[in-house]
Amino acid sequence: MTRTERRTRRTRRTLQVAGAGAAALLALSACSSSDGDASDSSSSKSDSSADKLSGTVTVFAAASLKESFTTLGEQFEKEHPGTKVTFSFGGSDSLAASITGGAPADVFASASPKTMKIVTDAGDASGTPATFVRNELEIATLPGNPDKIASLKDLTKSGLKVVLCDKEVPCGAAAQKALDASKLKLTPVSYEQDVKAALTKVELKEADAAVVYKTDVRAAGDKVEGVEFPESDDAVNDYPIAALKAAQNTEGAKAFIALVQSAEGQQVLTGAGFLKP
Amino acid sequence: MTEPRHASDASAATPDVRADTSDAGLDAHLVVERGTFRLDVALRVAPGEVVALLGPNGAGKTTALRALAGLTPLTGGRLRLDGTALERTPPESRPVGVVFQDYLLFPHLTALDNVAFGPRCQGASKAEARAQAAEWLGRLGLAEHVGAKPRRLSGGQAQRVALARALATRPRLLLLDEPLAALDARTRLEVRAQLRRHLAEFEAVAVLVTHDPLDAMVLADRLVVVEDGRVVQEGAPSDIARRPRTDYIAQLVGLNLYRGEADGHAVQLDAGPSITTTEALRGPVFVAFPPSSVTLYRERPTGVSARNLWACEVAGLETHGDQIRADLTGELPLAADLTTVAAAELDLHPGAAVWAAVKATQTHAYPV
Amino acid sequence: MTFPVDKSGAAPDTLRGGPRRRRVRTGEGAGGRGVPLPLLVPALLGLAFLIVPLIALLVRAPWRSLPDLLTSAEVWQALRLSLVCATAATAVSLVIGVPLAWLLARVEFPGRGLVRALVTLPLVLPPVVGGVALLMALGRNGIVGKWLDSSFGVTLPFTTTGVVIAEAFVAMPFLVISVEGTLRAADPRYEEAAATLGASRFTAFRRVTLPLIAPGIAAGAVLAWARALGEFGATITFAGNFPGRTQTMPLAVYLALQSDPEAAIALSLVLLAVSVAVLAGLRDRWMTAG
Repeated sequence: MTRTERRTRRTRRTLQVAGAGAAALLALSACSSSDGDASDSSSSKSDSSADKLSGTVTVFAAASLKESFTTLGEQFEKEHPGTKVTFSFGGSDSLAASITGGAPADVFASASPKTMKIVTDAGDASGTPATFVRNELEIATLPGNPDKIASLKDLTKSGLKVVLCDKEVPCGAAAQKALDASKLKLTPVSYEQDVKAALTKVELKEADAAVVYKTDVRAAGDKVEGVEFPESDDAVNDYPIAALKAAQNTEGAKAFIALVQSAEGQQVLTGAGFLKP
Repeated sequence: MTEPRHASDASAATPDVRADTSDAGLDAHLVVERGTFRLDVALRVAPGEVVALLGPNGAGKTTALRALAGLTPLTGGRLRLDGTALERTPPESRPVGVVFQDYLLFPHLTALDNVAFGPRCQGASKAEARAQAAEWLGRLGLAEHVGAKPRRLSGGQAQRVALARALATRPRLLLLDEPLAALDARTRLEVRAQLRRHLAEFEAVAVLVTHDPLDAMVLADRLVVVEDGRVVQEGAPSDIARRPRTDYIAQLVGLNLYRGEADGHAVQLDAGPSITTTEALRGPVFVAFPPSSVTLYRERPTGVSARNLWACEVAGLETHGDQIRADLTGELPLAADLTTVAAAELDLHPGAAVWAAVKATQTHAYPV
Repeated sequence: MTFPVDKSGAAPDTLRGGPRRRRVRTGEGAGGRGVPLPLLVPALLGLAFLIVPLIALLVRAPWRSLPDLLTSAEVWQALRLSLVCATAATAVSLVIGVPLAWLLARVEFPGRGLVRALVTLPLVLPPVVGGVALLMALGRNGIVGKWLDSSFGVTLPFTTTGVVIAEAFVAMPFLVISVEGTLRAADPRYEEAAATLGASRFTAFRRVTLPLIAPGIAAGAVLAWARALGEFGATITFAGNFPGRTQTMPLAVYLALQSDPEAAIALSLVLLAVSVAVLAGLRDRWMTAG
């Protein structure tokens, strides 16, 4: 790739970004910080054996990865002095929309293959996405599990206020899959917009139970109690990760993905409640 | 009512007009303190009497009126109407009607509903209230305008609607705040005469506030002159016009006024020169004469008694109707009125030296 | 007064003043015909800023699939719920917001400035935080909600009433501010005049003040209604999201955006069209009446 080509492409992309509205601010900071290493990365491209990493790695990751990826980001910066990892955590769908809309990111870690597919379909991913962890559903109940919930079926008891994620978001789709597999009919009081919102309702004791990810239960500490349920096997969520075509720091992106998949990275992730792929 | 009748009577100055034998009418000693301003006005008005509070802007007239209506709380004194203590009574429970300066007719209601508002609040049914209102409007010659919104009424009509609205509550005390101030000169003349008639028919107490001496004198039976929060003079209009006791009143009624020490017909004025008067008095007196009684000369006149002759200088000139009012300084500061022709003949201009003469028969002296 | 101000002197002065004043007026008249550029340019920019996103929405709208989307029962359910809840929230705001505005505008009490600031707080509070705050106050476990639950068996979260409460919480400040402003501008002496006619403060408010400030109330109600109609954060946080019960249009739009942006655009258009129709209708009937 010649420098002229790169510049043209950058210009086009910047224009797209300007249209992307909410992502504009992010884009500005990313552009300015990566201006200096544009030549760096193009030279390192020609010399792939160069081990020296630098510059900023921008990672778009599902909200449920916040705690573990933040830890991994710090590790990455320690292992590769001179680099910086910036994260944008959010709903996988919103992130996918930003990426296809032209937001500048090097790595995308999604909470579902479905959202990753949006990015790969748009041709924005470089290479094939790899599943790096899996997340299992769990029932979050009030501390002490006062309603004695032991299975998905128990949630259908009348008088119990249960919240699910909306079917449009991964945790909701997974929960629905588990319910369908068990042939259960559950009417929640609310279909929440994301997993954190569902968990919050239990944390605030407004709902008696929520079907959320194991990792979220783990992150909530003792504010909720997690109940594993047998039906969850039917609804394990794969988390795919991919470097992006538009990456400005290709080497950084590769290295970060490698860290996530390494034993070291897997340890951090399983520590947060994720399952190995 | 449970309050002792004569609790704070002692502090009130006793005006000369007083219904001694009955509780009927208004007996008020209004004290309102607000920052450095203090209103302290005693007022007694018999039923059927119309009293005008006359005074310059900021004298506290409107404050007094608001205190009577209950819109401004009293900080002291007392307020009794027909023997009932009203100090603690909220405005809506006082038998008081108010005609506001700019009338404050409710713009969203017709003239009829404006007038019916009071009776409605007093518990009359809608139909009853409207019937009463129609009657009042008819009495005030507004039968054709019952359905008009206030913005469609002329100034004079609006004023009468406001009066009808106030009267429709059958108040025992009618208050009028600058009732003619919002009108143009021509309407004013007509409305003043009408208002005079309506007030004369009113059987309870009427108090009006004005800074216009003519309004006060035409409309009121008695004037109470308020300056700087206090009563400086009160009495019949003719009396006040003839015997003003402050510069403000003298100016209002168009008189030159001086204080002095009388010794027979000669009065040594505090202002300097002495003056010869018709009345023979002793001790401190006021001397007053109208500007029109002053004759001006450019040269010292020879055929004139030298006793009331002063060397003056023209300080300013202004037109005053078809007359010129000359403002003079010098031996005796005074105002003189002369015709435009005379002013031209005398070639009057600011700074011109003149002689001013007044006949003793046109002066009026009265004890302080 | 040191120069002659007699009749002959006064007349030329008036004459001199006359033409000058007339000339000024002509100048203003000329200015009124052409809009000055320093105003016109930003004004047009402002208009474009507000309109272009809407045009973009129209341009990108999936016109072909629109009929299908619009005939779906879920859309109508969400739309009906939105309209009902926004209207109910506006009614709640009127009933308690107008008296509150009156209190702030007409009654002197210690800490009035602070209270006024508190009233406007929901304007700056992120709606989601507002929703959490509502949960903590009126939720099953909230400081008031706990009592409501134990005494009356009433729980508000996840109910349509909850939607109304969340919307009213966010929308009422608009009404209060608007009405308070109108009240402050209105002449309080009309209330005094009413008092001297025997009206209690409440009667004066009802029969005099209220009709006088009706245009301000209408404007405030329209603002509140529009805000309530578009409410998302506080609603989804406090009342959750359940089709037919608490899923209003903005919630439906947001969730559709997760998987099907085209459907989201279509739903937004419906909301937009309905609000424009209602607001334009109200404007003709109410706003110009004042």
